[in-house]
Amino acid sequence: METIDVLRIIWFFLIGLLLVGYSILDGFDLGIGSLFPLLAKNQDDKRKLFKSIGPFWDGNEVWLLTGGGALFAAFPHAYATVFSGFYLAFMILLFALIFRAVSIEFWYHDEERRRFWEWAFVIGSFLPSVLFGVALGNVIIGIPLNENFDFVGNFFTLLRPYPLILGILGLLMILLQGISYSILKTDGELKERSYRIARKIWIIFIIIFIISFIATLIWMPENLTKLLAWFFVALSLLFWILYGISLNKKKDGFCFLFSSLLFVSLWGIVGSIHFPYLVRANNVPEYSLTIYNASSSLLTLKVMFIIALIGMPFVIGYTIYVYNVFKGRD
Amino acid sequence: MSATLLSRIQFGLAAGFHFLFPPTTFGLTLLILIFEILHLKKKEEIYLKISNFLIKILGIVFVLGVASGIVLEFAFGNNWSNYSRMVGDIFGAPLAAEGVFAFFLESVFLGVLIFGRNKVSKKFFLLSAFLVFFASHLSGFWIIVANSWMQTPMGFKIEGGRAVLTNFFEAVMNKSTLIRYIHTIIAGWITGSLLVAGISAYYLLKERGREYAKILLRTSLIIFIITSIIQLFTGHFHSVQVSKTQPEKMAAYEALWETQSFAPFSIFAIPDEKNEKNILYIGIPGLLSFLIDFNPEYEVKGLKDFPSDERPPVILPFYSYHIMIYLGIYFILLSLVGIFLFLKKKIYDTKWYLKILLYSIPLPYFANEFGWIAAEVGRQPWAVYKVLKTKDAISPSVSAPQVLFSLIMLSLIYLFLLIIFIYLIKKIVKKGIEGISYEGY
Repeated sequence: METIDVLRIIWFFLIGLLLVGYSILDGFDLGIGSLFPLLAKNQDDKRKLFKSIGPFWDGNEVWLLTGGGALFAAFPHAYATVFSGFYLAFMILLFALIFRAVSIEFWYHDEERRRFWEWAFVIGSFLPSVLFGVALGNVIIGIPLNENFDFVGNFFTLLRPYPLILGILGLLMILLQGISYSILKTDGELKERSYRIARKIWIIFIIIFIISFIATLIWMPENLTKLLAWFFVALSLLFWILYGISLNKKKDGFCFLFSSLLFVSLWGIVGSIHFPYLVRANNVPEYSLTIYNASSSLLTLKVMFIIALIGMPFVIGYTIYVYNVFKGRD
Repeated sequence: MSATLLSRIQFGLAAGFHFLFPPTTFGLTLLILIFEILHLKKKEEIYLKISNFLIKILGIVFVLGVASGIVLEFAFGNNWSNYSRMVGDIFGAPLAAEGVFAFFLESVFLGVLIFGRNKVSKKFFLLSAFLVFFASHLSGFWIIVANSWMQTPMGFKIEGGRAVLTNFFEAVMNKSTLIRYIHTIIAGWITGSLLVAGISAYYLLKERGREYAKILLRTSLIIFIITSIIQLFTGHFHSVQVSKTQPEKMAAYEALWETQSFAPFSIFAIPDEKNEKNILYIGIPGLLSFLIDFNPEYEVKGLKDFPSDERPPVILPFYSYHIMIYLGIYFILLSLVGIFLFLKKKIYDTKWYLKILLYSIPLPYFANEFGWIAAEVGRQPWAVYKVLKTKDAISPSVSAPQVLFSLIMLSLIYLFLLIIFIYLIKKIVKKGIEGISYEGY
């Protein structure tokens, strides 16, 4: 294999890694946001929930920004196709993320408009939680492209059944991640409520997971033969079961751990059925973007790899350190 | 309106709004670092409270920077997909590097600044303040790298219609990176220090928390005085660089139509772009040539020497550039008066001067925005100078009505956020430093 192909595969994996980091970390605060109306019954609950994610949410969001930057640098065509193709959907996502970004800080300072900022936080969390899955579903099942790799569908192309199913699956995964964080970080009545909600999400999750599984095999039967995908499906089921056991035994740390591992396994399934594609074209297969025809040059991939090798260990190191500083409940 | 023009307006709005916040962050993080050092050394409560106060303001500035920054991170894919395809090989790397090296660091340790005072040691808190300062400035560096590469692209070759990286170091340290970076950082320090000096002046005028306000005014005004004077020189060298690397941009800045030795430095003009002349022109003969080359005989190229489809517009860059310069001169005058009042030991009681400081808070923001408009409009018609024209950089799959919709939405959202932002900053200021509580949330 040529060096450039090795680097292309590495970058497919590294961008996956950034998305995994984003999912696990921002997943929990998006989840808290989406569940906010169910979780918080009084002012004190709200304060606790905001405080639990306060020091972290912006650092978590950087995983998305860096993922975007890395996609731009490593696979510029994929970055260009996806973000221009899903333009309106993406704008709605951005508006949601803008409001969400300011809502937590503004809620604290702007007492007159607290209700408004709460809803900005809830909607700003809920919409992205669904839209990420919808976008992923579109990329996996394919969108109509032309020879310049530009999207030629319309807004409703994006709202086909398969992407919507993945949107709901993504939402449930994020909710599970959020509720597990709430269990870990709260106490008293709020924590008991979190246990009850977690149980419901845990059950609904597996139903949607099975529907997604069947839908994937119906629309893309070629995946039946992908062993790696089967491995990650098995792993997902294992972590789902372990989550249920941990929840019953009230092992809070394990709940969060298995929820995170479940999230990783889902990404494992996505990676193994999608590789080496970045964006499938469902009209003309040759227009599909793969890691081979959408990547940057050898030099750029090399430079970026060095940047990642130098930078990311530090990022992971100090992120873990600072999470430890804020460990526990208060 | 065409999708190209709408996309340009939208990008201008998104970047212009974003550019209110990072310069403030540069100044604020510098001041916070100074007060944290003072606190650790002198162990006095007063520095702690001042620092907590500034951290509160930084918190609000930062979230708006993040919120508006998300839009920009994806804007190239959203509205400029051809740009992304053509130059992504080079342009994406600094954006990714910014995330990996700087933005993670800044966000994670800002969390410590806002929430961790009672959870970490004093030294670790100081280290966090330093890391937030360092990372925000490093973040600015990578963004300036990306922008500078659009102005003076280097370290690449064209292959199959795409720009392909040949030398990463050259692309990063291209001919305008360093001076643009210094100029922008100093602008940020001017912005942040005048914001804080204006706030302290407000307290002195209202006779509230005088002890705090005196320290805050002294520190911030010293920074303002030093930086506003330095900016004269960085501005000069930046302009010299522009005249050497993008001569048509300098010609537009100066509304200079004819190529000439003894080229004048314009004081005021009304350019007439259609007829390629100035309706009114007042300038200092020979000064432009002298400033560029220390030689009044130096020949400066006029706009007519460039093909008409490769010339920037004149009016907008001309006025933006001149307003920026005049504001810079105003800041220097303000500084000189400040030095005089310091020496006379009257600075805390000269009400008219304190009032001027207070009402001058918005002016550096105007200087920043106009400087940026001059630089970017002066780069037109190119997205990447001499490589890719702006009209060829758009997203073919995005229609004008779609951009119009997002532009209207974004304008409304940003207007709303700006109003809330100013309201909240005022609210925090009115609460005062003396009564500040450090509680996280």
